[in-house]
Amino acid sequence: MAEILTPSAWLLAFVQALLFPALAPLLVGWVRKVKARLQNRRGASVFQPYRELRKLLFKEARVAHTASPLFRAAPSVVFVATWLAAATVPLLTIDLPTAVVADIIVLAGLLALARVFLALAGMDVGTAFGGMGASREMMISALAEPAMLMAVFTLAMTAHSTNLGSLIAHHLGDAFVLRPSYLFAFAGLTLVALAETGRIPVDNPTTHLELTMVHEAMVLEYSGRHLALMEWAAQIKLLLYGVLVANIFFPWGIATDPAPASLAIGLGAILLKLAVLGAALAVAETVLAKMRLFRVPAFLNLALLLALLGLLSHVILEVGA
Amino acid sequence: MNLPALPLLQQLVVLLAALVLFLSFVLLAQSRLVSAIHAFAWQGALVAAVTAVVALSGEVHHLYFSAGLTLILKALVIPAMLHRQVRGLALERHTEALQRPTLAIIAAVGLVIFSSWLVLPMVAEELAFTRNILAISLAVVLIGFLMMVVRQQAVAQVLGFMSIENGLFLAAVSATGGMPLIVELGVAFDVLVAMVLFGVFFFQIRESIDSLDVDRLNRLSETAEMAGEERP
Repeated sequence: MAEILTPSAWLLAFVQALLFPALAPLLVGWVRKVKARLQNRRGASVFQPYRELRKLLFKEARVAHTASPLFRAAPSVVFVATWLAAATVPLLTIDLPTAVVADIIVLAGLLALARVFLALAGMDVGTAFGGMGASREMMISALAEPAMLMAVFTLAMTAHSTNLGSLIAHHLGDAFVLRPSYLFAFAGLTLVALAETGRIPVDNPTTHLELTMVHEAMVLEYSGRHLALMEWAAQIKLLLYGVLVANIFFPWGIATDPAPASLAIGLGAILLKLAVLGAALAVAETVLAKMRLFRVPAFLNLALLLALLGLLSHVILEVGA
Repeated sequence: MNLPALPLLQQLVVLLAALVLFLSFVLLAQSRLVSAIHAFAWQGALVAAVTAVVALSGEVHHLYFSAGLTLILKALVIPAMLHRQVRGLALERHTEALQRPTLAIIAAVGLVIFSSWLVLPMVAEELAFTRNILAISLAVVLIGFLMMVVRQQAVAQVLGFMSIENGLFLAAVSATGGMPLIVELGVAFDVLVAMVLFGVFFFQIRESIDSLDVDRLNRLSETAEMAGEERP
């Protein structure tokens, strides 16, 4: 795959990396809009998250007296680590130099780095809510990470590679195959994505009720551009998981060559897939209630069980003895 | 077995069999009785679907009959009977959490690995396309046994027994293309009669120990009141 490490391929990777922060607020706006329509409200425009980010970016950033330099550095670290992780995910095309140099384990590591700084920042100021949110976040992520890696290994065993680009290429190259392991891995990864991005059965992104908040509790002390970076990073993370699920399990339409026409098709396909996925998320958030925090381990156990069954069904049913 | 080399219908059989195994896990860990009955009904429907797809792909016509029989008995009649009994015993809202749910799930995963290891020599012979489903059906049977061991509630134990039957049926369909019709009819009606007898026993157990928790059968007591006193 060395031939794709050309300047034009890097340019393409750069453009794609810029697309992630540009599209992320749109996905959040779309989910909010669909949710509002489902609740018989008209809802704000889908561009409202952009306006919120702009407003926050131009506001003064206030920092507590007790804050250490880590508190100021954390938003940038969280944002950059999440963005870098997103840059390794194939969005429009699979011929990505970033996907060659960083596989899915690096992606999990970058997300873990962002999470560690988010939790540290939550504890830094020393308020009660920050520490509470950080400990909750760590509990959820400690349970979600094994499930995510197990689901990813199930896919990697089929494609014999942990590289996202070649994983998708393998899936595209095959004829249509009904794989039980993919079904289980899809279900497991979806549950993990819901937990990791703080969506409704696990965490409510819009709540300010102190009993239930996880992500909100950690960023409670932030204001101005710091808060904007934190929120933007959370939006990129949602988009990242959406693209991951959409492109691994439904890769049809993604560009396999860098021609402009196929790139345009790739963009249209991913936008369509994300619109469907966002609508499904909005429906799920409307019909489901948020579960108690102590039910979350059972939820993530289910994700781990699904991923484990995917692994077992791959070994038992899909490869010959 | 190389999955992409198989025709689409046989891939569908493999997929459905994997879902049957998943429903075994759901049955094992489900704490609400009514939801467990629904899971059992879905498992029966999936076994019927496997039978129908095997019949379609192998052109074995008598299997259509077994598929219909399985669908009517295991997915409709028996769950409906269980539902009625649960309502008769006023257990609709009854939940019974496992003592150690994670341990039970890990044990079940161990059983899956064990059964896959057990059928390895058979799979190596490559006798038929669905040999590997034998491992799945064996795992369904063993998880049914595990469910009867770890559950205390009589209705849940009966569900485990019925899911053992599902596993046996899956093995018969995938390994030999179905049992002879007369055997199948006999087994199906045996299961139905067993269900009726279980219903009678539920009410009997309830009468004598005032609960369906069969752990309490261990205690010797003359009267129901004495058993009632020791209740936590």
